[in-house]
Amino acid sequence: MRAFFDSDIWFSFTRSWLTMGSAIVAFICIAGAVAAPWLAPHNPFDLASLQLMDAFKPPSWTMEGDPLYPLGTDDQGRDMLSAIMYGARVSLLVGFSATIFATCLGVSVGLLAGYLGGTVDAVLMRIADIQLTFPSILVALLIDGIVRAAVPREVHDQIALFVVILAIGVSEWPKFARTVRGSTLVERNKEYVLAARVIGLGRFKIMVQHVLPNVLGPVLVIGTLNLALAILAEATLSFLGVGVPPTQPSLGTLIRIGNDFLFSGEWWITIFPGVALIIMVLSVNLLGDWLRDALNPKLR
Amino acid sequence: MFAFIISRILQALPVMLVVSFISFAMFAYVGDPVSIMLGQDFTEAQRTELVASLGLDKPFFVQFLTFLGNAVQGEFGLSYRLSRPVAELIGERAPATLELALCAAFIAMAVGVPMGVYTGLYRNSWLSRFFLTFSLIGVSLPTFLIGILLILTFAVWLGWLPSFGRGDVRPLGFWATGFTTWSGVKALILPAVTLGLFQLTLIMRLVRAEMLEVMRTDYIKFARARGLSNRAINFGHALKNTLVPVITIAGLQLGAIIAFAIVTETVFQWPGMGLLFIQSVGAADIPVMAAYLMLIALVFVVINLIVDLLYYAVDPRLRTRR
Amino acid sequence: MSLLELRNLRVEFPTRRGTLVALDDVSFSIAPGEVLGVVGESGAGKSMTGAAIIGLLEPPGRIAGGQILLEGRRIDNLRYDDMRRIRGKQIGAIFQDPLTTLNPLYTVGRQLVETITTHLPLNPAQARARAIEWLERVGIPAAAQRIDSYPHEFSGGMRQRVVIALALCAEPKLIVADEPTTALDVSIQAQVIALLKGLARDQGTAMMLVTHDMGVIAETADRVAVMYAGRIAEIGPVREVVKQARHPYSAGLMASIPPMDRRVDKLAAIEGSMPRLSAIPQGCAYNPRCPRVFSRCMVERPDLIPAGPTDAACWLYAPGAPA
Repeated sequence: MRAFFDSDIWFSFTRSWLTMGSAIVAFICIAGAVAAPWLAPHNPFDLASLQLMDAFKPPSWTMEGDPLYPLGTDDQGRDMLSAIMYGARVSLLVGFSATIFATCLGVSVGLLAGYLGGTVDAVLMRIADIQLTFPSILVALLIDGIVRAAVPREVHDQIALFVVILAIGVSEWPKFARTVRGSTLVERNKEYVLAARVIGLGRFKIMVQHVLPNVLGPVLVIGTLNLALAILAEATLSFLGVGVPPTQPSLGTLIRIGNDFLFSGEWWITIFPGVALIIMVLSVNLLGDWLRDALNPKLR
Repeated sequence: MFAFIISRILQALPVMLVVSFISFAMFAYVGDPVSIMLGQDFTEAQRTELVASLGLDKPFFVQFLTFLGNAVQGEFGLSYRLSRPVAELIGERAPATLELALCAAFIAMAVGVPMGVYTGLYRNSWLSRFFLTFSLIGVSLPTFLIGILLILTFAVWLGWLPSFGRGDVRPLGFWATGFTTWSGVKALILPAVTLGLFQLTLIMRLVRAEMLEVMRTDYIKFARARGLSNRAINFGHALKNTLVPVITIAGLQLGAIIAFAIVTETVFQWPGMGLLFIQSVGAADIPVMAAYLMLIALVFVVINLIVDLLYYAVDPRLRTRR
Repeated sequence: MSLLELRNLRVEFPTRRGTLVALDDVSFSIAPGEVLGVVGESGAGKSMTGAAIIGLLEPPGRIAGGQILLEGRRIDNLRYDDMRRIRGKQIGAIFQDPLTTLNPLYTVGRQLVETITTHLPLNPAQARARAIEWLERVGIPAAAQRIDSYPHEFSGGMRQRVVIALALCAEPKLIVADEPTTALDVSIQAQVIALLKGLARDQGTAMMLVTHDMGVIAETADRVAVMYAGRIAEIGPVREVVKQARHPYSAGLMASIPPMDRRVDKLAAIEGSMPRLSAIPQGCAYNPRCPRVFSRCMVERPDLIPAGPTDAACWLYAPGAPA
């Protein structure tokens, strides 16, 4: 721990107000989302507490606003602030799960391809290349479409959340695989790996215990930037109406619902979830950018 | 030169084969096309007849070959949802998407490249910092939100521009264009800006990174040591070397724009292929999805070929190796 | 009057952890037509000195003190564009790796012509003729045809010849050659050095030859400066330094001259390694490794003082030193 606070990374962290700020904002977003059931002023999913009389209330600071609903209410009379907190929970859950999934898949493939080389490498990387030709959002859409066609509707609604995580995770793995493969190729020929081989350690042991820790730096950077991408991908899918089920609205779902009321003047139903999404993604992106620069010795 | 093109086409073939195989697998095995096409009431005879007419009783390999043969002729069967030939549906919608994508790509390149060059050369000026902040916000803003914000501002509040559709469209041979009418052009502005903005920030960041990379190279240092003017170094030596990787990414981005058009077309109800695709995903309309997938793959392959040819023109090292 | 003169040059690199002094109190001069060899281990400041002279220190490095004079005129404080006119025209430069010094996307002819027309009042046709002439002078066969070739179509040695042509084509008075043969095959090194030396003599061009190859220095240079940890340890006529170096560090270096058939990678004769710039010891920077160290070396930093035919920064040559 001491070593961490002495390190260059911590130093560059404390030097940048922007980075500190975005870390704090990201923390608030995550805390607010995780603790939504305890912190949110209302429970947007408790149908009994919803009253249609309260529908379309503008934010509390406007003329017709109600102090009970600081950011106004939607067409069902749900409190926007609470809906956003619960929505961010879903967005973050999908974002983190998909990123972790993509990381595990990509890192394993990259390690295998880089360390084993030969045919394994050629086949795996060819697959990655072909998939990289297609934008990830298209891949995610396709996977979602295929699952939708393959399983009955009732089943699909139940597994929709996992489908989205799978779709986004699968659509993002090649980036990790490529980076890890590149670093593995470099590490493989270093003396410490040769030494480990001479001692007679097995391939997988060398890969996991010796090569893996040395390629994790770039993985951390891509992972952070990818978290932002995954949150955006989930929001996009949900906005398109093929993401998470309407019973568990994410920020993207809220924006889609609000989009229907854009022309009748109820702008807050769209804009506030949108702003929440932007703040969340921007703070994660800023952290990722800083991490990339801090870990890149070339830019120091 | 000719051999170069041939070798590139040969390299692209496996990609197309894999993609068509996936399309075919979707087509043949996902869901049950026969019962979807027959609807609720049918006799066993009708069923057998349809299975035979679709060739679903033949061996797998024959089915795949038939599928390929049909695909080459642009034949993808009927849409489950609309009961019309898929090729016809896509043909009707392609002009809208292509016009949108080309405009967006133009905006992204025409603004993104100069901004990237500027921020690469003058990395500490306040304008560079502004551009970089702008680009970071750009990559953090999802396309659909940009669209919504633009609609809210320019369509709802200011009322200057339409928020959906293509406006008046005139036929130009088989091509229905929106370029020739005022309302068509007006309708194009918001979607094109929306679609272009994200790519713009990507291209800008890419050009900047390449520019910084090139400015660190020995040959730029040597060009300085030879006393060449800044102009000759920045715009002669550095920019040309920056272009090589930028061409690749820009080419791929054009493909990405066509795919990202899905989102923009949904926001603006733009009657293009993307909107068709998203409606098909929602309705599990496999033939349309399969055809769209193959079309996008083809677009990428063609763009890659063009990119390779441009490479060939820019980089002399490729020319002599052959 | 000397062609180039460095007076107490100091180059600093501000970093997050404080300022590193990369060059400290470096003074020497080069006469017209003279070849000054600069030797030392990697990181001693040889290349940094060259970069400071041509005004191309990598940021955040900067000249923090001292002066650089070319024909009596200060050039260290010129505006970028004025300095640009001096580079190539008055001071040419040759870099280490010919594979990366040439722009891969332009023909060598184009790169020569742009250099010539930047500095000399010639039209493009004349410049092209001049370019062919230069390619012939540096020994490129069939120069008239090869002028339209791209750099990758030449071998490493040939490319370094092109780089030499580029450095000399505007007829500068001084060449700063930074390890011009290090990246080349051993068999070609001697040819390129001979070519460089011959051309410099014919043109009357002075040269600052930076290298860690003592063999090259012994053959080529008139005088030699030995650098250590950002300072000059010893400077004097090449014959004297090679034969009987005064500074213990240069003596160690000379003892490590290998036979001509292999390169110097490790200076096995000197124990330990050069200190990092952030950890230069008090007193003489060489004191931890010096076999003849005594009390004064640990406290005071020596400046160059006359030591027979050479100047050495060593307390052994100050009055009151132990015998």
